[in-house]
Amino acid sequence: MNSRDYQQIDPQALPTPAHSPLPHPADRRQEPRTPRRKWEVFPGKNRFFCDGRIMMARGCGVFPLTVGLILVTSTLFFIFDCPFLVKHLTRCIPAIGGVLFVFVLITLFQTSFTDPGILPRATPDEAADVERQIDDTGNTSYRPPPRTKEVLINQQVIKLKYCFTCKMFRPPRTSHCSLCDNCVERFDHHCPWVGNCVGKRNYRFFYTFIVSLSFLTAFIFGCVTTHLALRAQGGKGLVFALQESPVELAICFFSVWSILGLSGFHTYLVASNLTTNEDIKGSWSGKSGDGVTNPYSQKNIFINCCSVLCAPMPPSLIDRRGFLPPNESAQTSDADIEPPRLNHKNEMNVVGASLHLVLIVTLTNLK
Amino acid sequence: MAETHSLQDMRQQVAVAAKVFIQRDYTNGTMCQFQTKFPSDLETKIDKQQFEETIRTLNNLYAEAEKLSSQSFIEGCLACLTAYTVFLCMETHYEKVLKKIAKYIQEQNEKVYAPRGLLLTDPIERGLRVIEITIYEDRSFSR
Repeated sequence: MNSRDYQQIDPQALPTPAHSPLPHPADRRQEPRTPRRKWEVFPGKNRFFCDGRIMMARGCGVFPLTVGLILVTSTLFFIFDCPFLVKHLTRCIPAIGGVLFVFVLITLFQTSFTDPGILPRATPDEAADVERQIDDTGNTSYRPPPRTKEVLINQQVIKLKYCFTCKMFRPPRTSHCSLCDNCVERFDHHCPWVGNCVGKRNYRFFYTFIVSLSFLTAFIFGCVTTHLALRAQGGKGLVFALQESPVELAICFFSVWSILGLSGFHTYLVASNLTTNEDIKGSWSGKSGDGVTNPYSQKNIFINCCSVLCAPMPPSLIDRRGFLPPNESAQTSDADIEPPRLNHKNEMNVVGASLHLVLIVTLTNLK
Repeated sequence: MAETHSLQDMRQQVAVAAKVFIQRDYTNGTMCQFQTKFPSDLETKIDKQQFEETIRTLNNLYAEAEKLSSQSFIEGCLACLTAYTVFLCMETHYEKVLKKIAKYIQEQNEKVYAPRGLLLTDPIERGLRVIEITIYEDRSFSR
C-alpha cells in the first residue's frame, strides 16, 4: 500500500531529553535518586555555596582579608572617632559612614558571589562540528596548532582564538582565566581581593565597589585626621593623639592612594570602553599596526559609560541550579583530557594594576 | 496516518540524523546576533525564506533585550543607588525578553519545524553561542 520504510528503533539506544515526561524503560538504577543540580558537576574551578546560588573562584584569594580590613577599619572608626566627632562636629558623620560602609559591603559581596559571565563549555556535538569545519588534515595524533578565525567587527579585523579547554572559538573580548579554568565574557581581570573574576556580569558591581570604597576610605581618613587635629588642638599634642588610633590611620593612609588610583584607572577604562586585559596587552593602542582603534567604543564618553554600567543586566549562561537529566553523564571529562593551559600568562591578569602590589607590600611591612 | 507528529512522539520514534549549528555574527560587535546564512544541510528540509525569517526575528528579539534605551539607563541608575539589590528581587529586562524568545522558539517548533522533522534548541541552553537545529530521520514521514 505504501512504500514507507519504518524501522523499529530501540528506545534504549536513544538519549532521553531532559523534559520528556515519560519514564525511561531501561533503568539501570532501580532506586529513586535525588536529581543532582548542574553546579555539582560544573567543570570549572569554582566553589558553590547555598545550593548553587553563590559562586566564587576555588582559591578565595585574599577575600577574607578584604572583608577583615573593611570591618576592622570601620569598627575602629565607629568606636573611637564617631563619639568624639558627634560631640564636636555633627551627627551626620556616623550616618554617612554607615551608609558608605553598607554600600561597600553589599557591592563587594555582589562582585564576589556573582557569576562574572562564564561561558559554558561546548557540547560534544558542537565541538565536533567546529573541529570538522577547521580540520582538513584529519591527523589526530598530535595537538593541532592554535586555531584562529578572523571576523570583521565595525570594519576592523579581529582574530578569534580557539579555546582548547572549552572547545569553542572564543567570542570577542572573551578570555580564558587559568585560575578559574573558565572562559569569561568581556574578561577584565581575576581579582584576588574579591576572590573572583571580573567580567561582563559583575564589572558594574566591581566598579561601584571600588568607587564607594574610595569614598569610604577617604571619608574615614578625613574624619580621623579631623579627630586628631581637634585633639591636638585640645592641648596634649599631636604625638599623643596619634598614639590613640595608629592602626586606623595607617590602613586608611595607604589604602586611600591605591584605591583612589584604581578607581581613577577604571573610570578611564569605563569611559573608553576598554577592559584591563586589553589595556595591559595594548590591543588597541596602535602598537601592532596603524589604524587600529577600539571597535567597541562608541566614541562618546557618556555612551561608553552607559553601555558598560547601565546596559541591561545579561543573564547567567551557566544554569547553576538546573537539574541534570537523570541519565546524562557529568561533563567532567574535559578536565582529564585537557589540563588547564599554564602558558596563558597574558590572560592571568591577577592584579589589574601595580597599585595592588604596592598595597600588599606596604600592608605586609606594617604588620 | 498522521501527517504530522507531536514533538514527544518524534523523540521516541526517530533518531537524530544530524545537527546543524548556526554560529554567532560579530560584525556589529559583541551583541548577540546570529548568522542568517542558510546552511546547506537544511536545503531539502525547509525553505530559505522561512528560515531567514526565524533567525531575523530572533536577532531582533536579542537586540531588544540588549538595547540601551532611556528606560535601561534609568533602571541602571536606580539599581546603582540601591547597591544593585533590586536585581535580587526583580526580573531584569533581559530575562523578560528571554521568556519571550523561549515562547517564540516553542511556537516556531510546533508550527514550522516539527512538521518538517526539525527541532530548534533555545540558544540560552547553549550559552548563547549557537542555534542548534536537530534534523531527525524522516523515515516515518510520508513525503
